[in-house]
Amino acid sequence: MDVATFLIQCLNALQYGLLLFLVASGLTLIFGIMGVINLAHGSFYMIGAYMAYALAPIVTSTFGGGFFATLLLGLVLAVLLGYLLEWAFFSFLYEREHLQQVLMTYGLILVFEECRSLLLGDTVHGVAPPDMLAGTIALGQMMTYPVYRLFISGVCLLLALGMYLVLTRTRIGMMIRAGSTNREMVQSLGIDIKFLYRIVFAAGVAIAVFAGMIAAPVSSVYPGMGNSVLIICFVVVVIGGIGSVRGALLAALLIGVVDTFGKVLLPQASGVLVYVLMALILLWKPDGLFKAG
Amino acid sequence: MKRTDILFIVLAFAALALYPLVAEPYGIDRVTKIMVFGIFALSLELLVGSTGLVCFGQAAFLGIGAYAAVLLSPQDGPASLLWLLPASMLAAGAYALFMGALSLRTRGVYFIMVTLAFSQMAFYVVHDTPLGGGTDGIYLTNKPMLGTLLDLDRSVPMYAFTFGCLLLVFVFLALVLRSRFGRALAGIRVNEQRMRATGFPTYPYKLAAFMISGAIAGLAGFLFAVKDGFVNPELMSWHLSGEVLIMIILGGLGHLRGALLGAFAFAMLQEFFKSEAIFGDFAKHWHLGLGLSIILSVALLPRGLVDVPQQILLRLLGPRPKPPGTATQKSPP
Amino acid sequence: MMTAPEVLLRADGLSRRWGGLLAVDRVSLDLQRGTVHAVIGTNGAGKSTLINMLSGELTPTGGRVELLGQDVTQWSQPRRARAGLGRSYQRNTIYPSFTVFENCRLAAQARTPRPWAWWQDARQCPISMAAAYASVERAGLTDLRELAAGLLSHGQKRQLEIAMCLATEPDVLLLDEPLAGMGAEETERMLLLLAELKTSHATLLVEHDMDAVFRIADCITVMVNGTVIASGTPDFVRNSPEVRVAYLGEH
Repeated sequence: MDVATFLIQCLNALQYGLLLFLVASGLTLIFGIMGVINLAHGSFYMIGAYMAYALAPIVTSTFGGGFFATLLLGLVLAVLLGYLLEWAFFSFLYEREHLQQVLMTYGLILVFEECRSLLLGDTVHGVAPPDMLAGTIALGQMMTYPVYRLFISGVCLLLALGMYLVLTRTRIGMMIRAGSTNREMVQSLGIDIKFLYRIVFAAGVAIAVFAGMIAAPVSSVYPGMGNSVLIICFVVVVIGGIGSVRGALLAALLIGVVDTFGKVLLPQASGVLVYVLMALILLWKPDGLFKAG
Repeated sequence: MKRTDILFIVLAFAALALYPLVAEPYGIDRVTKIMVFGIFALSLELLVGSTGLVCFGQAAFLGIGAYAAVLLSPQDGPASLLWLLPASMLAAGAYALFMGALSLRTRGVYFIMVTLAFSQMAFYVVHDTPLGGGTDGIYLTNKPMLGTLLDLDRSVPMYAFTFGCLLLVFVFLALVLRSRFGRALAGIRVNEQRMRATGFPTYPYKLAAFMISGAIAGLAGFLFAVKDGFVNPELMSWHLSGEVLIMIILGGLGHLRGALLGAFAFAMLQEFFKSEAIFGDFAKHWHLGLGLSIILSVALLPRGLVDVPQQILLRLLGPRPKPPGTATQKSPP
Repeated sequence: MMTAPEVLLRADGLSRRWGGLLAVDRVSLDLQRGTVHAVIGTNGAGKSTLINMLSGELTPTGGRVELLGQDVTQWSQPRRARAGLGRSYQRNTIYPSFTVFENCRLAAQARTPRPWAWWQDARQCPISMAAAYASVERAGLTDLRELAAGLLSHGQKRQLEIAMCLATEPDVLLLDEPLAGMGAEETERMLLLLAELKTSHATLLVEHDMDAVFRIADCITVMVNGTVIASGTPDFVRNSPEVRVAYLGEH
């Protein structure tokens, strides 16, 4: 592998890992703080991608806006969706056993998939990146790299930074971190836990939807995309440690590297490599790399 | 065990035994499939209902049993049931040993996620590598035989063989659950800390339960492969792992008969939502009805259908006074 | 001529460090057959950590544990339990859905596990059945043995907790606040039981109820912030200036 190819694969690994981190962070936060294991989290990613596809023409014709306007609209809808879902469905799951949560959210996946099938069909779609990001930049003399992928990495990094700042520098971030290690204490401190949960859940949903939206131009929009990302997110959370955003970042990047280079070097085993990685890490640290918080 | 429960089980098995006499070949095939799922559900009941280990990767064992049946069968002629069946179960049990050794160190939600991930690992092995024949799957060219006695290509012998397996698995698990080993598993489920404080090394017990469960699921996989004559990666899909979990919840956790009830009820639900006669064109979106049913049944019937006859009786007859201090020592199978 | 009483459990310089925090700092104590050794101290003194290191649930970062003359510092909890160490917990660890009798029978089964006999009914094991009857009776719960354990009163549950300890016929008993949450009458009953058990076992008692401790203990160790500030007979401890300082106004 020459230097240029290596560099390209590194950038791909970074982009994939960061995108994965975005989706997984929502999953780990929701579990860490509310204790709810949500199998339907991958569906939010899928919803994001389909939204990017379906909303684009509407936004263009009604507002004359482009890609970024679509993103904004999608984000607003996602927050609304998260808020409603928490109020109507997930708030009933907090007191239930994990097995019940698993099964109820599994049922939710089926419902989401079929609703999407009814509304938007089952065909695979492409989404074009915005014109200003559609080009490539030169890497050295022979290779080029798509600008859009760099955009994805950049946005994910910004969001990761934003998350870090919110969690460590704001009051609400402090409450969230406290809630992830000690739910009862936060409640007894008189903090409106219901509101906190709703915000965290809506944020988690919004982040996953957003990830799906910006991923759509590179991954295309297809029915099974939610499920495949869900399971990898589980691996991220298991490796990183439940409730740990730091862990999710490290794990996602690790998986990005293993998966990307695996596809290039050992294409037939690439699907399995991520799980081998997980098995090895579990042998060493059964609770994942980091503790919550 | 309550007399009504024994009666229920005896009647159920009698009905299954007599069914081929009145049914058409299509019906016989359907019920054979449901019985295979019954065995599959029983294997998971041992892990989830009896030991308290929520495994979300049971489909891997089914799939491995099925693939082993096909891959180990010689190309030129039928294999003998006597070695192919145990070999398939052994293969599944071996993967259970691997999965258990790594996942049993984790707890709670981790365990659920890890078992899911390991079953995906098995899925990718058959999906991506030439070992599994890829998405197209592999055909079983010659179905195994037991001398000239059993021609598993025909409906009724296959039904009878499956029924025999189901009965044996049920009796085996019923015995195991009341044995010392089974009681230890129950103790681990209810309070693992107390078990350890008393002197039980809990890890080997859980691992053994995992392997037995895996082997029985492998048996179900074997039957699946023999019945269909075909295996493909969908047998290891995590959707199947989810479905079998739903079966045992639907039927009622903690009861062996719940697993059977759940397998039948789930099959009925699927038939219902897939039925074009009832839903017409909408039938192709049967996942929607199924998803909603799952949500509702978990929310409203957390103890499963097993409890329903009792609930109905209670409403009809009014609560009967219980003699003071009664309790059952353990849940009836 | 008196022979020295048998030391059944010995802790030698046990320490436990959590990162920068030293939860237990070089604590040593002996448990002798026929005696009750109480460990008292304020909350956060390290009593739970200490008892967890003795039972095997926590590995010490320093020091050793000797059970019946053997170094068991690296032994797991089940292994120590099989070697004769019994433990009861501050919060009940009974099996609420099983009957009282089954609680004790399952505990007794640890002695004769025989897991491979899958065809045999567990209740056919004469040894565990006999041990179960005996420990149920010793705990005074014979009349209630067919009741689901979850339906017992709090005091009865605590008695069951002890009974399950006894079902494996241990030599050493580690009792973590057996009197927790008990009323006066239940406390009396429990103290009678403990007095009965005293002669045949070596008992470690972690307790907050000072009256009970001074009544029943032969030796008291006082812990503050992970270290032992006094250790000796009840009179010695009562009169020790360090203890008075630590407990000033507290009773």
